[in-house]
Amino acid sequence: MIINGVTIDKTFAEAFPMKATRAIITAQNEKWAMISAQAMTGFATSVIACGCEAGIERVLSPDETPDGRPGVAIMIYAMGAKGLAKQLETRAGQCVLTSPTSALFAGIEGGKPIPLGKNLRYFGDGFQIAKKIGGKRYWRVPVMDGEFLTEATTGMVEAVGGGNFLVLAESQPQALAACEAAIEEMRKIPNVIMPFPGGVVRSGSKVGSKYASLGASTNDAFCPTLKGMTKTDLSPEIESVMEIVIDGLTKEDIDKAMRVGIQAVCDLGAANGIKRISAGNYGGKLGPFHFHLQEIMA
Amino acid sequence: MSALTFTLKQPPAQRVDMSPLVCQKLQGMDVDAIAAIELQNGKNRRRVDELFYITGMNTQEIIIANATNKLDFIGKELDGGSISVQGDAGAYLGMQMKAGNISVSGDAGLYAACEMKNGLLQIDGNAGDFLGGALPGNKQGMKGGTVLVKGNAGQRAGDHMRRGQILIEGNAGDYCGSRMVAGTIAVMGNTGRYLGYAMRRGTLLLWNQPQLSATFNDCGSHTLAFLPMLFASFKCLNSRFAESNAAFNRVQRYGGDMAETGRGEVLVRI
Repeated sequence: MIINGVTIDKTFAEAFPMKATRAIITAQNEKWAMISAQAMTGFATSVIACGCEAGIERVLSPDETPDGRPGVAIMIYAMGAKGLAKQLETRAGQCVLTSPTSALFAGIEGGKPIPLGKNLRYFGDGFQIAKKIGGKRYWRVPVMDGEFLTEATTGMVEAVGGGNFLVLAESQPQALAACEAAIEEMRKIPNVIMPFPGGVVRSGSKVGSKYASLGASTNDAFCPTLKGMTKTDLSPEIESVMEIVIDGLTKEDIDKAMRVGIQAVCDLGAANGIKRISAGNYGGKLGPFHFHLQEIMA
Repeated sequence: MSALTFTLKQPPAQRVDMSPLVCQKLQGMDVDAIAAIELQNGKNRRRVDELFYITGMNTQEIIIANATNKLDFIGKELDGGSISVQGDAGAYLGMQMKAGNISVSGDAGLYAACEMKNGLLQIDGNAGDFLGGALPGNKQGMKGGTVLVKGNAGQRAGDHMRRGQILIEGNAGDYCGSRMVAGTIAVMGNTGRYLGYAMRRGTLLLWNQPQLSATFNDCGSHTLAFLPMLFASFKCLNSRFAESNAAFNRVQRYGGDMAETGRGEVLVRI
């Protein structure tokens, strides 16, 4: 398959079941909601070393938030329920509770309830106040700037993590420009996050390493500087490869995000140095979710 | 199917225990069976059809017409469905109700919403003493749900209240929120003496400055984020509480009762 001069490999991305949740952070204005959201989703690019994958889903207008203030929806993904609950609570406590004027609400109705502010309330040292409003339980925790308002729990649902595609380009600036265009479009799709910095990964990994202590190492088949030294997957004109990783609530959500992202890359086309779109997988043996590139773009 | 309607034939001389006539107990019964139910009336037991004309079939929608303040225990332990009282209700209206709706077009007597657990209880007139309170000797009053009083409430509204909300459009009598454990009482009118007497936790939300005891301390004026959400939750009510001009988020906060654990609050609109 070739779109606008860009070859779509006959391969697939392989993804895994994860647990996910969404939280809504509001603040006096969008600036401070975003600061809090960025802090909460920081150092959360990969479960390999961060414990979770997190990202900002989208900015919310005041009429979309529970307290009528500007807000930001964030999502957190982890391999297990226990790990997700721990990451959510730790991050909420250190990054939202501490952030001026912030409030924190559930972003998923239904699913299994996991603590959001349920345990953060103890920061109130006995002065915290519970309020049940509209059937939901909230905590008012006295803090130095006033009160921290938080919903007690949010919902945890089954999700999919690790959808991906690779952008192969003739130069590093061209690969980055294509990925930026893809991310801009993909951020319009609900229920997905691209957890890596700016949504883009430049250090895709393979499973295993020559060093026994490492579970993952550089994906040498896609490293352009190793073309003559390893079993490469790159043709001579490829000078840079970047990857976009997608976590989503459902396979369909990731399908949509991949489609608009790949389309944005292809719109730049061969004229802008984009040569191929590929994807990362483990031979289809590890992850139950397969995203076949050519089927998605058909 | 039309609502099951009990129309009182004439005002009873003695009090009537209406607790058998709730939706879940009447479900599946035909009119003859319902007519044969015996109600305690003073020292006697009288069939329902001796006291009421019975029309309609829908046991999940009950209307009590020509009601007087001698009809006690209306909607006791109601667990779904609706009861509409046309007239006044006696004591213990909606006592320990678990779900559903009760509305009263007139006044309600003592202990309305006593130990109520959930649901909506609306009183268009006035409510008597111990609204949402606990039975004498019990330690916890209302534990959930919403009570809306469009008129005034008597003394000790929310006594021992544990959870839920009591909304009073008119005035509240003395000892409003006394011995309150938690929950919210909102009063648009005036409040009497000894407001929040011995309250441990909970919120008294007031439109007018109360006469506070010395055991309530001024915590200053504040903008509280939960208040707009609380008012937004009132939007579904047929009440002045649902009007947008009723909402506010700026309050003077008083903490108390310091003679008790002192974790309660009185919030007064400013």
